[in-house]
Amino acid sequence: MHIVVAENVSKTYETGAVAVPALKNVSFSINTGSIVSFIGPSGSGKTTLLNLIGCLDRATSGKLDIAGTDTAKLDRKGGARFRGNTIGFIFQDFNMVPILTVYENVEYPLLMVRAAPAGERKKLVLDLLEAVGMLDQKDKFPDQISGGQKQRAAIARALVTRPKLVLADEPTANLDHATAHKVLSLLKKIRDDHGTTFIFSTHDPKIVDEAEVIYTLEDGVLAGSRERKGVEHA
Amino acid sequence: MLNIFKIALRNLSRYKRRTILVGLLIALGVVAVQVFVAASGSYKTLIVSQITDAMLGHIQIHKKGYLVSIENVPMNQNIPQHGVATIEKILKETPGVETFSMRIRLGGMISNYTETTNLRLYGIDPVREYKTVPLLPKRIISGSSDLPPGHILVPQMLARGLNLKVGDPVVIIATNKDGSVNGKQFTVGGIVESAPGPGGRDGYIGIADAAEILRMEEPEVSEIAVRVKNFNNLKAVYADLEKRLPGGTAGAGCAPIGTTIAGGGKGGLEIHSWEKLSPFANIAKMIDLLTVFIKIMLIAIVLISVLDVMMMSVYERTREIGTLAAIGTLPGKIVAMFVIEGGLLGLFGAIAGNILGFAGILAIRATHYTFSFGMREGFVLDPSMRMGDVLFVSTVVVLISILGSLQPALKASRLEPIKALKSV
Repeated sequence: MHIVVAENVSKTYETGAVAVPALKNVSFSINTGSIVSFIGPSGSGKTTLLNLIGCLDRATSGKLDIAGTDTAKLDRKGGARFRGNTIGFIFQDFNMVPILTVYENVEYPLLMVRAAPAGERKKLVLDLLEAVGMLDQKDKFPDQISGGQKQRAAIARALVTRPKLVLADEPTANLDHATAHKVLSLLKKIRDDHGTTFIFSTHDPKIVDEAEVIYTLEDGVLAGSRERKGVEHA
Repeated sequence: MLNIFKIALRNLSRYKRRTILVGLLIALGVVAVQVFVAASGSYKTLIVSQITDAMLGHIQIHKKGYLVSIENVPMNQNIPQHGVATIEKILKETPGVETFSMRIRLGGMISNYTETTNLRLYGIDPVREYKTVPLLPKRIISGSSDLPPGHILVPQMLARGLNLKVGDPVVIIATNKDGSVNGKQFTVGGIVESAPGPGGRDGYIGIADAAEILRMEEPEVSEIAVRVKNFNNLKAVYADLEKRLPGGTAGAGCAPIGTTIAGGGKGGLEIHSWEKLSPFANIAKMIDLLTVFIKIMLIAIVLISVLDVMMMSVYERTREIGTLAAIGTLPGKIVAMFVIEGGLLGLFGAIAGNILGFAGILAIRATHYTFSFGMREGFVLDPSMRMGDVLFVSTVVVLISILGSLQPALKASRLEPIKALKSV
């Protein structure tokens, strides 16, 4: 069962009269419940691809199905609803809402997107905060915690709705080794418990080592893929 | 929804200085409106009460065509006795009418035996007249308001010019509708303060004296002044009377006065509220117009300041909006966040403005600010803040604040998440 199916997906940015291709005829599929990493040098198209998978942007051509939905058919409202129900985001810069406490930031998707009942919200939020080691920081505002703590809170926010797919841009970039290991263990546990699919864009060897499938992008082209056990695909 | 309010409040407190400044700007606008409305309303009420309660009455009834030639005091446009009886019956049956007074108006000459000048006179029944225009007795600056037969209340400016005092004899000469000139000696019973405007040469005599001097075979009436029970219901009472009176606009059941009253005459009655009878109604209208202008200014202040601050908020929070949109916040909720934020800003400004405005009005009351009107001085401005004005101004401010934040809110909701997330 594939959660992501990309067929000849291209993305070209128009800058005045100049067209800049970011992705060129990329095709791949990702199995549900897998942990996948996209690697490649800066400008290779990793972030562009993650944005397309996250329905934050539209492909110029090609077909991209996420969880059985043709993303080209989603309008603004439909896209928002789809993201809220299906996808969790872990942003590289954390993107915490500064006026909300750590607890409220994590609670936000349940409250404002899913409209989950209060009791369920509380349990899910506290469980996740404990899992990422942020329970004692829950009443602090983002400007009162460190970068690593923000990253952990952002991870909790991405996971709190139990999305089918989690997209993460450098999720462990601001974490020390021990915390990164703890977070990765948590992500794997969630994958094992709930069948969540994780797609990373990363340079971090720890993440690459944990990924089951690694795609390499170069100049907007899918240069290759390999499974963790070292099986190369052309 | 409560959570959106909470987020809006947090965002307002996030930029405290800006919120306070814009809130104060809105509050100042509200203060200006409330103080102006209260002060001008007090001024207007005093003027209107001086005009209606001291001279005109709230409504006047004449025979049709009287008003256009009122300056000539047309004798042939008087209402005959049986017509007066019909009108009296109608007025007594009209629920909004408190009382009324019959008047005979005449133009004539007044002489102190050495000098003569022209004046206009009202022939009145003092008891009924003082009930209809209760401030008239207060205009009598010397002498008595009793006005027994053979006595006259002389307007102050003529008394001064003719050097008349209470108790002096004068002769009144008038021409009746047949053209014959008649005269009668009167005693100055009192000096009445001259009314502002064209009524400055109006004096008063008893209605029987007026009928006598005009040699009326049967009593006629030039005008009927009406006092309504509640001045705020003036329009309703006016409309009611217009329907009930012969020749009124209601049509059915209103026989023309020519057949019902005047006996062979043509045309019916005409009814006018004080606004039609006094040039000072234009001052009242001007006050209302100024009030509208100052309210428009308030709306402009609120609209521009809220629009500006919310546009700035959207600009500053673009990345945050992108994050909220990316994690699935629907565009409608993003609109609601900004609209409620703007609405709350307006509400806080309105609350502060109403409190400050109330304090300002109390300060004006404490100063006992006085002004003059006509020849009278010492009117004390007595402004008050009505709950209706508080609710109206607050509602307008909040609605305009919401309107002002709508465009930035829609802009925020339409941001492409990917572009918003890339914003610095």
